[in-house]
Amino acid sequence: MQQLKKIGALLIVLGTFVVLDLRFSASLNPYLMQMVIYAGINIMLAVSLNLINGFTGQFSIGHAGFMAIGAYSAATFTYYLGPHLLTSSFLPQVISKWLIFIIALSTGGFVAALAGVLVGIPSLRLKGDYLAIVTLGFGEIIRVVILNIDAVGGARGFADIPGYTSLFWVLALATLTVVVIRNLVYSSHGRAFLSVREDEIAAEAMGINTTYYKVIAFVIGAFFAGVAGGLFAHYLLYLHTNSFTFMKSIEIIIMVVLGGMGSITGSIVAAIILTLLPEALRPVKEYRLVIYSGLLIVMMLTRPQGIFGVREFSWKWLKDKILRRSAQAI
Amino acid sequence: MVNGITWGSIYALIALGYTMVYGVLRLINFAHGDVYMVGAFAGYYSSRWFGVHEEPNLAGAVLVTLTSMAVCAVLGVVIERFAYKPLRKKPRLAALITAIGVSLLLENGGQLVFGADPKFFPQIILSKEIDVSGVIITSQQLIVLASTVLILLILQYIVHHTKTGKAMRAVSFNRDAASLMGISVDKIITVTFVLGSALAGVAGVLVSLTNPKIDPIMGLLPGLKAFVAAVLGGIGNIPGAMLGGYIMGVAEVMVVGYVSSTLRDAIAFGILILILVLKPAGLLGSVSGDKV
Repeated sequence: MQQLKKIGALLIVLGTFVVLDLRFSASLNPYLMQMVIYAGINIMLAVSLNLINGFTGQFSIGHAGFMAIGAYSAATFTYYLGPHLLTSSFLPQVISKWLIFIIALSTGGFVAALAGVLVGIPSLRLKGDYLAIVTLGFGEIIRVVILNIDAVGGARGFADIPGYTSLFWVLALATLTVVVIRNLVYSSHGRAFLSVREDEIAAEAMGINTTYYKVIAFVIGAFFAGVAGGLFAHYLLYLHTNSFTFMKSIEIIIMVVLGGMGSITGSIVAAIILTLLPEALRPVKEYRLVIYSGLLIVMMLTRPQGIFGVREFSWKWLKDKILRRSAQAI
Repeated sequence: MVNGITWGSIYALIALGYTMVYGVLRLINFAHGDVYMVGAFAGYYSSRWFGVHEEPNLAGAVLVTLTSMAVCAVLGVVIERFAYKPLRKKPRLAALITAIGVSLLLENGGQLVFGADPKFFPQIILSKEIDVSGVIITSQQLIVLASTVLILLILQYIVHHTKTGKAMRAVSFNRDAASLMGISVDKIITVTFVLGSALAGVAGVLVSLTNPKIDPIMGLLPGLKAFVAAVLGGIGNIPGAMLGGYIMGVAEVMVVGYVSSTLRDAIAFGILILILVLKPAGLLGSVSGDKV
């Protein structure tokens, strides 16, 4: 029965996305569409980074590197293997395109996850500032290496990527990311992640394999960043390493910090705000980044735990709060 | 090779600032690279102000350097006072993120104030080529080397032979104990920021002598690399920062010369990761265990 309910819920959600996709992908103004898609991708990035930074407490500032790996490997797959598979496939075109896209995104995710293992291993020996600087270095190395691979365009950029990303994919995968990470955090594994964050030595004393959990956090975080990168590549149809600089990593960190380290809903809200904010600030374009960075400093000084702190937003909490307020008023 | 040593000197000067601040505050001052950028711009504007760019002379160059040191020192103190001090009791991660924020603020503020397009630093010292037994060195490079060595000696003297230096070492060893011994920790931290930022100012002027193109984001990469240099030599260790800076500069120029110029930025981080994995305390650093 429980199982059946879950499948039903899944079908309803997917159905809604398909309807939304059909309803809006043609009629919605492309500019708004782009905002929605970027917001979705940013949600995936922020939530996956939150697993590493917020829940496991490993300060990583190289998330754009994972995104770059995912984007480039997914794009390489569809660009080099896609056409062959499409012609040799006996399935209808639409379905084979879907399959290719799914395989490409998973490839992106898995290659990024592999990189996550590589970054996770030094993190066994390092903590805090040192780990931050290693992840930063790793992100830059990835970027420079990609810049030197001619098969993916090198400094010219990688053009002519098929445009498979649609509203449906972004909504579905963003939801998937949130659900998977939420379930993970609320499982017994999630308790282990939190214990590593709170006190590594105590966690170890309680018999938690801290090394294992740190690496796992990196691997899962990197996987979803890679998938987000794949979506990004197949939306923009063109990749250049300049999209994945240190600044991109910082942008994702700001989302996590602003939303609250250790709050999934916080990351979602912050990702949406920070996707829309630059557009809203367009009239004062020159001051945009100054305001951005000023905001970050003020935020850290006044409310270092972020908008939500470690709490999650829920209707119940909001209701309780409002009820308490009105009770006080009376 | 000479080029590498020149760049190494610049990295070493910036790395000294990182090392000193890290020593007393245990904070990676991400904004340090941008203080160095401000130093270069302060030098640019002051050299026009004093008219040094019209008739290059040594006294004028010294004046420009001193001005830029003063500007940077003030900036460093302001940053410390407003951005880091309120967070001293908060978790270190908060301070680290604030440091990134300050760095972004300086970069973007710099683009607003100085303009985003690169400016050309005037020649405040006449360029002359000197032949030292077959190796050609320009007078600028010689000045960079000489001033770096001089500054290192002065710094060593301050840290090891003055009362303030002793207090600095005490604070970096154990802040609470130091304050119980009657050392004003706040004052020492301010002094550290003054010294570190002034060094960044010198580095900003010196780098502009050999690479006259300056722009508001010039501090980003040298800042990161200087940090790597500081880690390489063992963070919190002054001769280590110098050694790290020189190794970094030479390694980079070697890679550009013999392998590929696009790999230049990767080498720094490659070295960093190797060092951190193999010998986390750095070349000259000492291992310190974590207290429970």
